[in-house]
Amino acid sequence: MESFTLSHLKQLEAESIHIIREVAAEFEHPVMLYSIGKDSSVMLRLAQKAFHPGPIPFPLLHVDTRWKFREMIQFRDRVARETEVRLLVWTNPDGLAQNINPIEHGSEKHTQVMKTDALKQALDHHGFDAAFGGARRDEEKSRAKERVFSFRNRFHQWDPKNQRPELWNLYNAKVRKGESIRVFPLSNWTELDVWLYIHREKIPIVPLYFAAERPVVERDGVLILVDDDRLPLRSGETPQLRRVRFRTLGCYPLTGAVESDADTLEKIVQEMLLATTSERQGRVIDYDGAASMEEKKKDGYF
Amino acid sequence: MTNHEPSTTRRQMHIPDADRIRDDIVGYLRQHEEKDLLRLLTCGSVDDGKSTLIGRLLYDTRMIYEDQLAAVIKDSLVHGTTGTDFDPALLTDGLKAEREQGITIDVAYRYFSTSKRKFIIADTPGHEQYTRNMATGASNCNLAVVLIDARNGVVTQTKRHSFIVSLLGIRHVLVAINKMDLLDWSQDVYETIRRDYNDFVARLGFGDIHFIPISALHGDNIVTPSPNLPWYRGPTLLHHLENVNIVTDRNLIDLRFPVQYVIRPNLDFRGFAGTVASGVLRVGDEVMALPSKQLSRVKSIVTQDGTLDGAFPPMAVTVTLADEIELSRGSLLVHPNNVPRVDSNVEAMLVWMDETPAREGTSFLVKHATNVIPGALAEIRYRMDVNSMRRMPAAEPGQPAALRLNEIGRVHLTLHRPLAFDPYTRNRQMGAFILIDRLTNATVAAGMIVDRAIGRGRRAGKDEPVSQNLSQETSAVSLDQRQALLRQRGGTVWLTGLSGSGKSTIARELEQRLFAEGHLCYVLDGDNVRHGLNRDLGFSAADRTENIRRLGEVARLFNEAGVIVITAFISPYRQDRARARDIVGAGRFFEVFVDAPLEVCETRDPKGLYRKARAGQIPEFTGISAPYEAPEEPSLIVDTTALSPGDAAARIIECIAPLFAE
Repeated sequence: MESFTLSHLKQLEAESIHIIREVAAEFEHPVMLYSIGKDSSVMLRLAQKAFHPGPIPFPLLHVDTRWKFREMIQFRDRVARETEVRLLVWTNPDGLAQNINPIEHGSEKHTQVMKTDALKQALDHHGFDAAFGGARRDEEKSRAKERVFSFRNRFHQWDPKNQRPELWNLYNAKVRKGESIRVFPLSNWTELDVWLYIHREKIPIVPLYFAAERPVVERDGVLILVDDDRLPLRSGETPQLRRVRFRTLGCYPLTGAVESDADTLEKIVQEMLLATTSERQGRVIDYDGAASMEEKKKDGYF
Repeated sequence: MTNHEPSTTRRQMHIPDADRIRDDIVGYLRQHEEKDLLRLLTCGSVDDGKSTLIGRLLYDTRMIYEDQLAAVIKDSLVHGTTGTDFDPALLTDGLKAEREQGITIDVAYRYFSTSKRKFIIADTPGHEQYTRNMATGASNCNLAVVLIDARNGVVTQTKRHSFIVSLLGIRHVLVAINKMDLLDWSQDVYETIRRDYNDFVARLGFGDIHFIPISALHGDNIVTPSPNLPWYRGPTLLHHLENVNIVTDRNLIDLRFPVQYVIRPNLDFRGFAGTVASGVLRVGDEVMALPSKQLSRVKSIVTQDGTLDGAFPPMAVTVTLADEIELSRGSLLVHPNNVPRVDSNVEAMLVWMDETPAREGTSFLVKHATNVIPGALAEIRYRMDVNSMRRMPAAEPGQPAALRLNEIGRVHLTLHRPLAFDPYTRNRQMGAFILIDRLTNATVAAGMIVDRAIGRGRRAGKDEPVSQNLSQETSAVSLDQRQALLRQRGGTVWLTGLSGSGKSTIARELEQRLFAEGHLCYVLDGDNVRHGLNRDLGFSAADRTENIRRLGEVARLFNEAGVIVITAFISPYRQDRARARDIVGAGRFFEVFVDAPLEVCETRDPKGLYRKARAGQIPEFTGISAPYEAPEEPSLIVDTTALSPGDAAARIIECIAPLFAE
């Protein structure tokens, strides 16, 4: 300790813990959105650290579109059991009744109904006034300006012109009834930081991140995993076993796999560092136009 | 001068350390897990090339992928300023609307890293009306990159940005003189700008200023040394960012642990969670809780990764105490012999950030550390003209006093209950606060508590007056009025150095010259203080500390009277001088290190003291049998082996003139 210096990871960790504690102290009904991805895994570990030896004083919320990879759901349920955290799962009942799905309705509509609308329903239903998300500023251009405490009006909308200035580590947690704050404790982490931390802390992640033989079909240049029999095969398509992994996880018909031999954390980081395309390229929803993520955010998408 | 062509047009990604990543990923990970963190701010005017510089850093350290680059090249055709060429500025532009206006209008955060450090860039606009964004971006930074367009030199905005950087407590400044390519890489241009910048910045008190000539567009001196600038021998911009020493920026002296959250999973465990704001907390330490003033001992420091022996900033830990004392969110743990000020009156510099102007009498919520306390803006004392760095009246003629959006002013706040705080210049975390509007919940201002609540306020604990029956009367004549009468501003020139370094001689010389220029000044030295006021004090460390404290208080009284004080004392301990600075007020305290090596001083030995000390006749003699801690960041160093006393005095006057001029 005598050198009184902290590595950047320990500094990021301390900053995130500070943010998480601040939310627990200042809000009445916080919730942590849990997407089952690697960033959520890191965020969950930070929450455990923040309140150790006590329990995490807020629940996790997973918005289940019913189209997540099966391995994600298994992982989610195991984590909830092992960490003794309260897990809430929400699926949009209207969307479910109308059988909204990515196959027939397309990515945009599916995401809108089963993800964005579902999230708003869940937050309203439970009356949450603060929701943690695992988004990072390095992920995407429009996120570079996102606050750690991102203010949402009572319609859950984000107004880029009306965000509170954020100085030092003094976060303004004041909201009126119905308004809320989305909180991003990983704002200052980069993808590399997240992987380094997972490596250093030995944090479990969904096995889909690691390369394995999996049945996939190639569609419009994207490798789609045939995760269950709901994916209708086009004529001439037969699932092939290929050695693939996922850089990012979401709804399986909307998430492209990459061919890879990276079956350990070290190899994943190695592959990432030597790669020349960015993480979000595997996500189908980003292709909708240059500023599409910004539009989605205004509407309440995370 | 066309060595840059390949870098602007290349499409092939260069991956730093690619071989290492391929051959030794485990070693690579280990190294990167241990790297350091630097937060920096970039400031410059609209066309100084700020976005280009950041784009260049991201590009050259490969924080940009091919698909992102492809998108930028596509964008370059629509929005870019470089024709069909790659415009690095577009890598960093943000929201759609802003991109179409061609300006950035908010704070954006960018990330890149090398094997030594991770960097977080707060990218803030140079646009006139966005003081608030710059203050926001600067609040967490260790270093500021001030961009100057070599064609324009030091302009008003350069000064404004530097002032805000200094106001927000950034100590390291890197002046990047950009677009050198457009001026034929002229050394004269560089030197002129360097001189101009040094001239005006002297009064801002930065500890560390560096200058680097660059071309951000072409990558000269950004990552690799430029062959176009053979006369420049210093580091590249990235090399400087990788190596600048920021460890000493932190306050490791004053323990301040604001309790953020109480963890109580069961009756056997009661832990106080929080982030160490400053100082070092160790197991076994005696601690005082504020505001209750109850004492206890640190029983353990708990983390999920195991218990620790100690914690320092910015660690987030959980503390348990030996006794059940009154402690909750908003409380503060400190060492009982080093306590902050506790007061419900606060003097601060305020950056106003809301469309609705600040008015005297308005009430707010004040968020400071982990406290949220109601309070009111009692008085706007004056406003600062950020361009000239001069004070302006709080009110426009015929108007009530007000602070408008992007204005900076000195204010007096009254709080509903006392707050424990330190001056911002000494302790960033404990001197900073935000104001929250009680109706809209907007964050309307950022505040920095000034060194001393002049004329009001008291300190708690050891520094509190012993008598409980003291009250402070506010004089009917103000400091401003006294200073106006004397046509000068009070201040203290604090000379420190070894015995025989030349302090007293320089002090007398300085006194004479200042007086000749019409300044009322007074020298405090051993002759007039040690024989009277401090006759009860010897030369032990404790007595030296008390000696300096009294000197500080006397200097402050003189300064309050409008007089310039010159002190000539060895004042060997850094902490004592820091305390004197606190007492006097950093804004009017000018520390001069009178520097001469021990051997030289010993040869001079004007009073024969070294000889006696060597003979063992004087115990605890500085330099021989007691330590001298040279200043780490003095306002000025005068080397008396090179300068005559007269030259040294002239040099000091040159630097203090803007500080003490009326």
